[in-house]
Amino acid sequence: MSRLLPFFAFVLLAALLGFGIWWNSAHDPTAVPSPLINKPAPAFALPMLDQPTKTVSKESLLGKPYLVNVFASWCFACGEEHPVLMEESKGLGVPVIGYDYKDDPNDAKSWLAQHGNPYDMVIADTSGHTAIDFGVYGAPETFLIDAKGVIRYKRIGPLTSDVIAQQLKPAIEALQKEAP
Amino acid sequence: MAKLLRTIVLLMLIAITGIAAAQAIDPLPFRDHAEELRFQHLTSELRCLVCQDENLADSNADFARDLRHKVFELMQQGKSDAQIKQYLVDRYSDFVLYDPPVNGRTWLLWFGPLLILITGGVVVASTIRKRSRSGASAASAPTENGDDW
Repeated sequence: MSRLLPFFAFVLLAALLGFGIWWNSAHDPTAVPSPLINKPAPAFALPMLDQPTKTVSKESLLGKPYLVNVFASWCFACGEEHPVLMEESKGLGVPVIGYDYKDDPNDAKSWLAQHGNPYDMVIADTSGHTAIDFGVYGAPETFLIDAKGVIRYKRIGPLTSDVIAQQLKPAIEALQKEAP
Repeated sequence: MAKLLRTIVLLMLIAITGIAAAQAIDPLPFRDHAEELRFQHLTSELRCLVCQDENLADSNADFARDLRHKVFELMQQGKSDAQIKQYLVDRYSDFVLYDPPVNGRTWLLWFGPLLILITGGVVVASTIRKRSRSGASAASAPTENGDDW
């Protein structure tokens, strides 16, 4: 028995190493879990990208679930995500609000003109101050907010068809079921 | 006299470079040096979430600059260091702190090494005890060929 002890110790260490490798490849080690899930979204009031005199606030969006997609024209991964949104945003069953993050409004407008606009509405946070309240640290990020203004789901990094099918759509369906 | 003047000029130059280095990343209108030191200390304990191996004080990332400005703004509002940290933890989770707090999710991180040390100690102690016992019995029982590893 005691002869096998080093062998067991080795197996245990190998298993630990294997677990570490699996864990780090199955999860994005740089993704920061949002502490805001199931908490009320922060209050915000941001101008619309194409009509800067009009302001959209959290209150004005209450009553219906919606998706907030943080993007920017300077953001490389947003370019990867964009075709997926172009294809799938209309079929999600909730309004998709583009959140233009730390961007020159003119750059954002020409980016949307060039690549297409998958959003029902685009709001602009030029300074990035409101984004701090949302816990945004990089684009793209996506928040699902329910009718009461509570954040229910967050995706850090680009949405892909798989993520939409496996995570986002079930989350949206759950929201629509609980709505009266 | 000329020597003294030269020394003074030299000292002033050194002082100026020191200030320039401290403010190189991002000059902020601090009220006094104490406030600046407090700011430097606080931002060095906070993680930049874009470039996760850097702290807020050292990072050149645009995002880190935004958070530094936020920290500065909260300092101007008279918030304590603990309040400022809580503000960021509320938005960015404990991950924003370089020094993770002891709680249910981090106890393994804090006490895991101690657990491994204790386990190792127990194994070593029991092995030594067993060996010294078998060593004592080996003298009286020469048939055992002292197979050791």
